[in-house]
Amino acid sequence: MGFKDFCFKKSLWVFHLSAGSCNNCDIEILDLLTPRYDIERFGMKLIGSVRHADVLLVTGIVTNKTKPRVLEIYEQAPKPIVVIAIGACPCTGGIFASSYNFAGPLDKVIPVNAYIPGCPPKPEAMLSGVVTLLKAMGKK
Amino acid sequence: MGKKTIVPIGPYHPLLEEPEFFKLYCDGETVVDMEWETGYNHRGIEKICESKTFEQVFYVVERICGICSTSHPFAYANAVESIPGVDIPVRAKLVRSIVGELERVHSHLLWVGLAGHFLGYNTVFMWAWKYREPVLDMFEIITGNRNNYAMFTIGGVRRDVDADKAAKLLQVLDDVKKKTNMLIGAVMDDPVFHARLKGVGVLTPKDIHDFGAVGPTARASGVDIDIRRDDPYAAYEMLNWKVITAKEGDIFAKAEVRLLELLESISMIQQCLELLKKEKEGDIKVKVKDIPPGIGIGHAEAPRGEVFHFVKSDGSNSPVRHKIRAPSYTNIPTFRKSCIGGTISDAAIATAAVDPCYCCTERMTQVYDYNTRKRILNAAELIKLSQKKTQDIRDKLNLSSSTDQTWKV
Repeated sequence: MGFKDFCFKKSLWVFHLSAGSCNNCDIEILDLLTPRYDIERFGMKLIGSVRHADVLLVTGIVTNKTKPRVLEIYEQAPKPIVVIAIGACPCTGGIFASSYNFAGPLDKVIPVNAYIPGCPPKPEAMLSGVVTLLKAMGKK
Repeated sequence: MGKKTIVPIGPYHPLLEEPEFFKLYCDGETVVDMEWETGYNHRGIEKICESKTFEQVFYVVERICGICSTSHPFAYANAVESIPGVDIPVRAKLVRSIVGELERVHSHLLWVGLAGHFLGYNTVFMWAWKYREPVLDMFEIITGNRNNYAMFTIGGVRRDVDADKAAKLLQVLDDVKKKTNMLIGAVMDDPVFHARLKGVGVLTPKDIHDFGAVGPTARASGVDIDIRRDDPYAAYEMLNWKVITAKEGDIFAKAEVRLLELLESISMIQQCLELLKKEKEGDIKVKVKDIPPGIGIGHAEAPRGEVFHFVKSDGSNSPVRHKIRAPSYTNIPTFRKSCIGGTISDAAIATAAVDPCYCCTERMTQVYDYNTRKRILNAAELIKLSQKKTQDIRDKLNLSSSTDQTWKV
């Protein structure tokens, strides 16, 4: 196990990117920080800059206006970075897939490691998704 | 005046969870001018709605904004039901009001938490969001989901609140009421809140009228408007409640209005649950066969203000035009009054004070010169240009403006 993989097992810093969402997934992510779910006990925390992040959470459809910004933020992120698509919108486009401003599912724009479907996924689903992903990464 | 510094914020920044771009022009610490750019969340919802059937549109409009996921269906239901003139059962009206008011409770608690967070007061953030959780649990019991409730349908609601659920809801409400009272005490008596919020971002009644601001933003400045009372829909006529207003117009008044509205909403839900007992269980829907040609206008009081929906039907099974105006669309421009003249550090809470919802409101149009990055046209000028073009065409065709048949109501 390399040094970087070792670091991934410990406290993960999360950057949240709303590509063009309806706020629901974003609020459920914030909900994870609050006393009921309290992910900070696992050492995870939301941070203000992607340059410090281990995990990039993307919510909402990628619109034509946010597409270049999503790419830029992905380029700014330190590698390796884990990208998680939260909600139906970044996974497939969801209900907005027929929109004229839809620039394609997230995995057509940047590489994605995990998909957590749901509209919005429950905070428990997000937690379980992250844990499943970390376990899968540990096996590699 | 000294040298101007430009502070760019966004579009991705730790302050709010939504993408938006602010450009503050600062002279030292003071904000002397500001510009903002939204449109990142624009999803073309009005166009999507036109490709869905009337029933399906409910599920699109509730995804306009995750926090207002009852207000938009509420306004849309009012609009669509006004075309054939459906009278929905009383039980459905009560259930609609219950869901609408529960949403207000969760939304205002969310705002109080976020306001605390913006002030660097994370205890309030944690508290408010902790007490919001039981409300979301109630949503899960009543509607099956924590957000995006899918409760509304044409002619009524899709799920009933039976006696079992009502009892649980009452229990949770009692608990939430106690916690809300505690939160109100803690926030209103806090010297730090007083120091940070009083006299900051003041909006006078004239500003409110100039910008057309709505909802708690207007009520905190002494403008007494509330769609629930002024044009009653659903069960609001049957309930005993009052519109909360404040005179000061500063951010503290906005917090006060929202906190006291929490108590009003809780009392309204309790009254609704009491009235539900008199109605027959299961009588929640009338069948609406088709929507005749015509136009429907509906509005509803969202936690942030008036939501307006316009639906035009040509007798087919989907709307031919669906126009939505969310409250943040008129509330956000008040930033120019509330932020300019204050310090940079106050700008954060002043922008958050109207509880802006950018995903509701994404439709601003500005034209920039690509090379110089200078704004050449703003929305008003574009509208003027557009109207001028229409007028020119009219003149060419020798039509007077009164012959416009399509928009006559």
